[in-house]
Amino acid sequence: MFPKWFDKWNRDNPKDIYRPAIAIGVVGGAVFVAAALVAGGQPYATDSMQTGPRGTGMSVPEFKVDLARPDPYIEEFLASTSAPVVPQGGEETAGDARENVPPGLEDLTVENYDRLLAAMREWTGIPDLFDDLDSYQTSVGYLMIGMTQNINEEWAGHVNANKEVGVTCATCHRGQPVPENIWFKISPVNENVEGWSANQNRVTMQSQYTSLPSDALEKYLLDGETIAVHDLESRVAGVPGEDGYPGIQQAERTYSLMNYVSNSLGVNCLFCHNSRAFYSASGQITPQWATATLGIQMVLELNNTYLAPLDGILPEHRLGPVYADAPKAACATCHKGYQQPLQGTNVIGDWPELASTAEPDYGN
Amino acid sequence: MAEYQNIFTQVQVQGPPEMGLDDTGGRLMSERSGKPSFSKLIGWIGNAQIGPINLGMLGVISLLTGTLWFVIVGFNMLAQVGWSIPEFLRQLFWLALEPPGPEHGLSMPPLNDGGWYIISSFFLLVAVLAWWARSYQLAASHKMGKHVFWAFGSAIWLFLVLGLFRPVLMGSWSEAVPYGIFPHLDWTTAFSIRYGNLYYNPFHCLSIVFLYGSVLLFAMHGATILAVTRFGGDRELEQIYDRGTASERAALFWRWTMGFNATMEGIHRWAWWFAVLTPITGGIGILLTGTVVDNWFIWAQEHNFAPMYDGSYGYENYGSYEAFIGQED
Repeated sequence: MFPKWFDKWNRDNPKDIYRPAIAIGVVGGAVFVAAALVAGGQPYATDSMQTGPRGTGMSVPEFKVDLARPDPYIEEFLASTSAPVVPQGGEETAGDARENVPPGLEDLTVENYDRLLAAMREWTGIPDLFDDLDSYQTSVGYLMIGMTQNINEEWAGHVNANKEVGVTCATCHRGQPVPENIWFKISPVNENVEGWSANQNRVTMQSQYTSLPSDALEKYLLDGETIAVHDLESRVAGVPGEDGYPGIQQAERTYSLMNYVSNSLGVNCLFCHNSRAFYSASGQITPQWATATLGIQMVLELNNTYLAPLDGILPEHRLGPVYADAPKAACATCHKGYQQPLQGTNVIGDWPELASTAEPDYGN
Repeated sequence: MAEYQNIFTQVQVQGPPEMGLDDTGGRLMSERSGKPSFSKLIGWIGNAQIGPINLGMLGVISLLTGTLWFVIVGFNMLAQVGWSIPEFLRQLFWLALEPPGPEHGLSMPPLNDGGWYIISSFFLLVAVLAWWARSYQLAASHKMGKHVFWAFGSAIWLFLVLGLFRPVLMGSWSEAVPYGIFPHLDWTTAFSIRYGNLYYNPFHCLSIVFLYGSVLLFAMHGATILAVTRFGGDRELEQIYDRGTASERAALFWRWTMGFNATMEGIHRWAWWFAVLTPITGGIGILLTGTVVDNWFIWAQEHNFAPMYDGSYGYENYGSYEAFIGQED
């Protein structure tokens, strides 16, 4: 293929071309990658939010591409919300003009009730909500309106911690009859064993795919067990399992809950804690720790007062697979991976009807 | 020479299998079992000869009890997934044989709530101690020092602290480490968190120093010997009692580099002590946790080596969430 003089020259002048080729390839490749990084910038650029004093390394990192993309449901919500029609007095009330008006909303003006009903149907994805008095959806819906009002009224310290945000049906439902990120009781997860051998070491959503206990949500957000495991003095005598002296097992369960919280909010440990001293009494916690603690108390009340009792109303196919228990809420049910649900969009401003059990304040 | 200097041994010489010395009148030879064979593959990274092995009664006991432990753990995992082999494989890294729950204290718990753990732990203990005794026996039969025996003993110290001494002092088997891939890592994290951050435990600090120190010393020593192999430095024993140019160069290299050098003999004592002190100090640190100190961070504050960071906590002091997500008006 090549001329004879070329082959002859090559035979007479043997040369190892592979070594220099590899060396040039490696160096050249490195130069190319370095040049691309300098010219194009870090392809996975991050930004971080400082959460504590300098020197503690406390910050919450996010990819810039994620920060640049708002929660897609915000737009849908803004399209579904509308300013209230301020009553001038003398309007017809919903209780007189409409059928099946949820208790507590009878005194709304017809305009505002129709506005609210249309929004609630869109938020829950149930187009005939409250049409049929015998439907379980009507009974549940009545209770859920009370729950929403209760959250906005009694738990403002959590849902309005930074500014007016509040919650509506949309915060959890996002246009679906059954909200995402609900949970059921699943423990024990292991067969043929009892106790602490039975509630952990399985890949479950509730353990956040770790081998930590799968009953953290049940114990802490339904049964109200103590989350803290630290001793607050350098020496505290005690035997694990006696007089509430926590053992390794309790610490693992707490760790499971903390994993759940951080994944639900899209944050890391350092959003609330200085990781060198996780216990709150260290004083090295952020104001967000207090907000989260209120949230845990709120979820306890929601689950015990409103959600767990629904097992008598909901049809069988809406109940849990193991215990036929009603679906329950936790952080991710509202937060959906964001530090604040819908990234802090004020959802309650337009809906004084849902903000309080008292007469709606239309500002007039 | 250039052929030989590689992470793999490229030149392999094979002859009749080497059966080893026997100055005990034939007893040792009769205990050596297995027909020796050669493996070119193994020869790349070590001696190409496989076997014979001097298993002995202790070795048989150790392998037997060790296998029992392994099988008990495995069958418990299998039982936990309802005897489903696919689930067993899928969840293998998550599964564990857990110690008894805290409510059982130091009593013998039911088999399905830690009882199998206690039984299997007993077999593991016998297996490890038999292997330890064997390392003494084999050293003695070669008229060697017992350095390997004591070094293995330091690891067994840490093992016993974790699984026996500390649980007994705490009054509960529930403090022992589960037998599982991820679960034993969960235990490690939870142990540190429960007792207020193990990084503030000074013996944990020492253990890390010796662990990383061992790595550094091993790298320095290995590098030094390889570097002077061309002068006969790989014949370390000869260099110890008859110092040659290899030792001189190695010593000068380090003295000129950092002002100090170990000796051809002493470097091995450095390495041995660093390695052995890693589990010894670590074991002390574990043993003190929950028995003498329950919150290492508070302990460290009381002893003035955990600094206070008095700055502001919370992102509000450093910026706003709205600015972070680019929604600031």
